[in-house]
Amino acid sequence: MSALGVLFRRELALGWARGGGPLLALGFYAGVTTLLPLSAGPAPMRLAALAGGVAWVALALASLISLERLFERDFEDGALDLIALGPLPLELAAAVKCAAQWIAIGAPLSLAAPLAAIALGAPAAAAPLILAAALLGALAFAFVGGTGAALALASRRGGLLIAVIVLPLLTPPAIFGGAAIGAFLAGLAWAPAFALLAAYALAAVALAPFAMAAACRNALG
Amino acid sequence: MSQQPKRGQHRNLVFKLSLFVAGSFAFGFALVPLYDVLCSITGLGNQKSLLRAVAGFIRPLEGRVVFTGPANADEARRAHCHLIGHQDALKGVRCARDELIFQTRWAGGSGAAAVAAAERMGLQAGLDLEVRSLSAGQRRRLALCRLVAAPRALWLLDEPLAALDAASRALVAAAMSEHLASGGLIVAAVHDPLPIPARTLEIGP
Repeated sequence: MSALGVLFRRELALGWARGGGPLLALGFYAGVTTLLPLSAGPAPMRLAALAGGVAWVALALASLISLERLFERDFEDGALDLIALGPLPLELAAAVKCAAQWIAIGAPLSLAAPLAAIALGAPAAAAPLILAAALLGALAFAFVGGTGAALALASRRGGLLIAVIVLPLLTPPAIFGGAAIGAFLAGLAWAPAFALLAAYALAAVALAPFAMAAACRNALG
Repeated sequence: MSQQPKRGQHRNLVFKLSLFVAGSFAFGFALVPLYDVLCSITGLGNQKSLLRAVAGFIRPLEGRVVFTGPANADEARRAHCHLIGHQDALKGVRCARDELIFQTRWAGGSGAAAVAAAERMGLQAGLDLEVRSLSAGQRRRLALCRLVAAPRALWLLDEPLAALDAASRALVAAAMSEHLASGGLIVAAVHDPLPIPARTLEIGP
């Protein structure tokens, strides 16, 4: 248990460390959500219709930014050897890394999501649902993104490769999350789409660690 | 390794590492054989790949590495193996003390032991600096601290003395001698001979 806490604290500290982290992701998030009204036109009706979807897609994109840091740095400087020979199985260590990524990067972005949606014209009543969906979505993004990051190990300059691997896998949460928010705004039943989003996030948490550990072992060999 | 083996680079390596672990490692005070590490492998003739094969990261082309003992090989490695490659596994942006304590506690040692090991390695002045501002030799010593701070029976070291000056080499050599005296085992890949009595196995083209 203490080994788990030791690794979690280290990952959290690295997530917040200088040269990136949540501020960078938040800045990117603010940039994307600001660019859209500039290109789509300022009509409030049109923006309000897009608000939920924009907040959601920008979250997926911003989650990609710091993924390269997740495994690649540890691989390059040899820390992945240390982690692989530690007290926890590699599967659990990879899950801890993704959980810390979720807390360090995903949670601040999730807090920004309702703000961005409201700024674009979504009603304030939708904020709790957008926040909850963003937290769940960020959890899925962290674990699916971690899988992409582990698969891209040892390919030089893997950042773009990670995005290409991960973006297709983010299709289901993009659909379910956008549908839940859209249904809520339209006054329809949002729970089914939300439940599907939760199912996807939980499946990612359950399955991704095995894929990440296998990919790490492959890269270490 | 994704690299295809080239003809003529294969080496048959057959040797037996017997690992005896003294009481200080938790088995009472008798000297008990904890694991025999049996290596009989064919691979690319490279010191580094031997170390990584024993650590379980590389599957040899032929042969295998066997840990005989109470736990399976994977658990044995995770509980009793230190691997320090030619890199230091340190993050430049973090404080040296944080990195040291993480590495030590992750390997099973305590924070106090980590600081004691750093003092022994002559690093007490550098602990509050960022890792990036340390010299290569200081980083190397910082990485080696966990060998002392988190006792494990088998040390797999790749060029452990690179970048170290004479005084630091003596400190590391003393730690190595202690480890061997307490029944531990060191497998080191080196270009220059180690400053302690050791059996030498020539590998490589």
